[in-house]
Amino acid sequence: MPKVTMKVNGRAVSAETEGRTLLSGYLREGLGLTGTHVGCDTSQCGACVVLVDGQAVKSCTAFAADLEGAEVTTIEGMANPDGSLGVIQQAFQDYHGLQCGFCTPGMVMSTAALLAENPRPSEEEVRHYLEGNICRCTGYQNIVRAVMAASGQDAGALAAE
Amino acid sequence: MHNFEFVKPASVADAVAALGRGEAQPLSGGQTLIPSMKARLNAPEILVSLTGITEMQGVSRDGDSLTIGAATTHATVARDAASDFPGLAALAGQIGDPAVRNRGTLGGSVANNDPSACYPAAVLGTGATIVTNTREIAADDFFQGMFTTALDEGEIITGVRFPIAQASAYAKFLQPASRFALTGVFVAKYASGVRVAVTGASENGVFRWAEAEAALSAQFDAEAVAGLSVSPHEMISDLHGTPEYRAHLVRVMNQRGVRAAS
Ligand SMILES: Cc1cc2nc3c(=O)[nH]c(=O)nc-3n(C[C@H](O)[C@H](O)[C@H](O)COP(=O)(O)OP(=O)(O)OC[C@H]3O[C@@H](n4cnc5c(N)ncnc54)[C@H](O)[C@@H]3O)c2cc1C
Ligand code: FES
Ligand code: FES
Repeated sequence: MPKVTMKVNGRAVSAETEGRTLLSGYLREGLGLTGTHVGCDTSQCGACVVLVDGQAVKSCTAFAADLEGAEVTTIEGMANPDGSLGVIQQAFQDYHGLQCGFCTPGMVMSTAALLAENPRPSEEEVRHYLEGNICRCTGYQNIVRAVMAASGQDAGALAAE
Repeated sequence: MHNFEFVKPASVADAVAALGRGEAQPLSGGQTLIPSMKARLNAPEILVSLTGITEMQGVSRDGDSLTIGAATTHATVARDAASDFPGLAALAGQIGDPAVRNRGTLGGSVANNDPSACYPAAVLGTGATIVTNTREIAADDFFQGMFTTALDEGEIITGVRFPIAQASAYAKFLQPASRFALTGVFVAKYASGVRVAVTGASENGVFRWAEAEAALSAQFDAEAVAGLSVSPHEMISDLHGTPEYRAHLVRVMNQRGVRAAS
């Protein structure tokens, strides 16, 4: 089987793949990075979102072989170097932006992509950007508060739903 | 998903050669093809990725037209076409969600011709030209009904040439679960007249609304189509809307498009 090489969370990695190996499978089974969750596996839910060359991508909807040489960031790459929670992760904890936590890796990665593009988004921009990330638990309100807090804005000022 | 041989050529010529090798299919952004391969609706033996072909990438202006490489993502079009053709860029920016727009491409959308997809409305509504590895096809001849196009076996779209409109807009009534258009209308005004293309409504896929085009060419004002209606005959019927509901939306979205056109 051919090997596919990428840079994942700053580390050069290589794993054997079939043609049909998805990026989600490459990360989870090939590299043991099980923080990336597969929810629907039909491109609908966003739980599997990772960054590919800085852009949000559904890892269940891209073939690993198509991403030879890419730089990928997963939820495992979001913590600080000392292992403590990164800013976005800490905001999700502080503002109870998760309940079961299944959607959270995708939410955090989409948030990272949003804030890289737009460091101080409005509430409406946050909701719009996270449209492809589905959460069955929270009702989204605390997720939006967490994103506002992670971008250094007042999370208390959100209108109640 | 059935396994396949993956190839990633660097030129259109190499892609065409690879497609000629057997049960082969092109892969662009994969946002439609990968889910359908998972469902085993498609099972190519050879998958030919188009994402490494530089000559199929990017947005470039040439006089009064904008040429977009078929492998250009929706996100790139939303950004790079914004100053030259704001109505088209805004359509690309409304497709799916950010992750879909970062992978999904113009060529994949046009080749697929989903009856609820957004791009076919812009391609038909601007009278664009579809450029393939062998020929050029006018939009009016290209879309031939739901999921059906004029493309031959092994033929690939390399780009689309859009005549830049004086004013244009895409009005999309969102189907929030799929994120596709429940009904969407692209309106474009040219010196030669107005074109109106409707997606998401007809069982026969994207179509032009000739009566509205005539009325708007005479007077480019939302009121000009206020009294017009399309027949619900052969409109899509599903749990999201009846044929009558969609027929109604065609006029409403057309009027919203005219009001928003810039
Ligand atoms: C959650 C979600 C929401 C979406 N929302 C919308 C929406 O709101 N509006 C909308 O319009 N679309 C929507 N889409 C579809 C999306 O825009 C797809 O990207 C697009 O339809 C297909 O483009 P692709 O590049 O991903 O093509 P692929 O999936 O790679 O290919 C699609 C088909 O086209 C063929 N093909 C690809 N490129 C070429 C080429 N250059 N020449 C010839 N044949 C080719 C392939 O063989 C395949 O049959 C959505 C998809 C998802 C998953
Ligand atoms: S698992 Fe990829 S979108 Fe749901
Ligand atoms: S926290 Fe359970 S799905 Fe979002």
